[in-house]
Amino acid sequence: MSEQFVRFEEMPSSFAFDAESDAEIARVLAKYPPNKQASAVLPLLYIAQGQMLRQTGSAWVPVAAMDEVAKRLAMPAIRVYEVVTFYTMFHTSPIGKWHLQVCTTTPCWLRGSDEVVAACRKVTGIHGWNETSADGLFTLSEVECLGACVNAPIVQVNDDFYEDLDGASTERLLEALKRGEKPPYGSVIGRQGSAPEGGPNTLLEVGAK
Amino acid sequence: MLSGADRIFTNLYGMHDWRLAGARKRGDWDGTGAILAKGRDFIVEQIKESGLRGRGGAGFPTGMKWSFMTKQSDGRPHYLVINADESEPGTCKDRDIMRFDPHKLVEGALIASFAMGAHASYIYIRGEFYNEARHLQIAIDEAYKAGLIGKNACGSGWDFDLYLHRGAGAYICGEETALLESLEGKKGMPRLKPPFPAAVGLYGCPTTVNNVESIAVTPTIMRRGAAWFSALGRPKNTGTKVFCISGHVNKPCNVEDELGIPLRELIDKYAGGVRGGWDNLLAIIPGGSSVPLIPKSICDTVLMDFDSLRDVKSGLGTAAVIVMDKSTDVIRAIARLATFYKHESCGQCTPCREGTGWMMRVMYRMVEGRAEPEEIDILDQVTRQVEGHTICALGDAAAWPVQGLIRHFRPVIEQRIAEYKGRALPLAAE
Repeated sequence: MSEQFVRFEEMPSSFAFDAESDAEIARVLAKYPPNKQASAVLPLLYIAQGQMLRQTGSAWVPVAAMDEVAKRLAMPAIRVYEVVTFYTMFHTSPIGKWHLQVCTTTPCWLRGSDEVVAACRKVTGIHGWNETSADGLFTLSEVECLGACVNAPIVQVNDDFYEDLDGASTERLLEALKRGEKPPYGSVIGRQGSAPEGGPNTLLEVGAK
Repeated sequence: MLSGADRIFTNLYGMHDWRLAGARKRGDWDGTGAILAKGRDFIVEQIKESGLRGRGGAGFPTGMKWSFMTKQSDGRPHYLVINADESEPGTCKDRDIMRFDPHKLVEGALIASFAMGAHASYIYIRGEFYNEARHLQIAIDEAYKAGLIGKNACGSGWDFDLYLHRGAGAYICGEETALLESLEGKKGMPRLKPPFPAAVGLYGCPTTVNNVESIAVTPTIMRRGAAWFSALGRPKNTGTKVFCISGHVNKPCNVEDELGIPLRELIDKYAGGVRGGWDNLLAIIPGGSSVPLIPKSICDTVLMDFDSLRDVKSGLGTAAVIVMDKSTDVIRAIARLATFYKHESCGQCTPCREGTGWMMRVMYRMVEGRAEPEEIDILDQVTRQVEGHTICALGDAAAWPVQGLIRHFRPVIEQRIAEYKGRALPLAAE
């Protein structure tokens, strides 16, 4: 288990958008004025990363895909490389099936993110950051504030937030993922959104009429 | 306590249907065409009179910002860009608006765009908010289908397009000009101002960037009147605000109440009080990670609004209240924020790029106590060399938490250093 850097020579030498991606690209490009198509660089990179997930089981963007995005948007390739490496949500190397993004910023840390990190390490066997487990199932990353602080601590698994975690509930979540189950996302202690635990104490009259 | 009838975000917790049918039952999209029929000047005047100040952190008067957009287009299109890149540690209010009350935002986008002569608006949502973006896109699609936006929006004769754009993980893109750069397909590096976005913004066109909450409250202000809104809260700090209460409280939560509510009342009434009781309180960061913390003695009496918090050398920011009880290692809490700013600095300006890393490294030595007492002053001085010497406010935001720590908890740092110096050293075998 290690950080799986892919050497350039080992990357796929070509990348072509498939029909599903092409349909999505057409929808995206319609959002931006003509000759401002560079605006679509983030969405197109998401589409490329999503296609890699469909085709290879791992969400990442090889250089060939960046080049294809540059071509589609009539941008110099370097501009696309700059963007890919500036933003944290694009992966330039393959990642595991489940990307565990543990928030450890102060609001999560105050609520026990250390325990959550320990549970992730225990179940996945991953010791460092941005490493992938030997079975290819998990990649573990430390992330900055995910913006769900009143439901801290939080782990984002691929696209979904799991909230109000502690060590034990994190272990249960990861064990379920190992078994091939995907528990419903949101609060693991059954809170209603960001309402206080035990139920809201405001807005009770809404919808009563 | 704010009366239930005066709450704007009536589906803050997602207890009810967030789609168009449910939103309409709660009063959204009621008479929007009639509001637009009153004209742009009337809308801008109403927002000015309501006293609404921007809800994204800086607290700039929203109506005044709108009035910076020229009345007559010089041929360039106008844009409204809505900042939904909510990433300030402690803050999670826009998330609730977008996932549970998205039609308030869509309707507000129409009204605000109309008031500024914009036929198109972009909502820039942080990439991590995947499910929130899904809800918001559904709401946008519903509004198009119902003729509420699109050609001849709400029968007003005004054509209006609203687009959702996902970011990809960069705190700095919450800074308005970095956001515009990102929206144009570049790295999120802030622009020098002037020119301000109202003159040269998105694609070089006149642009206003507003926070989600600022836009989402405008339909209700227009329906209920500026006088209703300005009667809530305190003078120059009017209206309601969504507060996010996190950290060491018994029941962390989001809640909407009037600006100017006492901090202690906010925590006791809504968040079940401080863990272990009010006397167990150490300090609070009252407005998201970028504002200086305040110790318990100030928390006892301070009011939660822009001016009251500025008077105690802190700020309302995004109204994200991060509570720390006496079990907290306050030096480590601030050191972790220093790590955050180091991670999120875009690297464009040297004082910030180098300063955030330097502050982080020194802060972690302070956590251990592995420092000299004089270094506290050096650290404070370095924060002041970062503050105000960068293109955007990230440098200031990185400096203020450290300054707040030194201002209020200097003895704790000194004690940590003394303990480290006094520790029993393992002696080498002699």
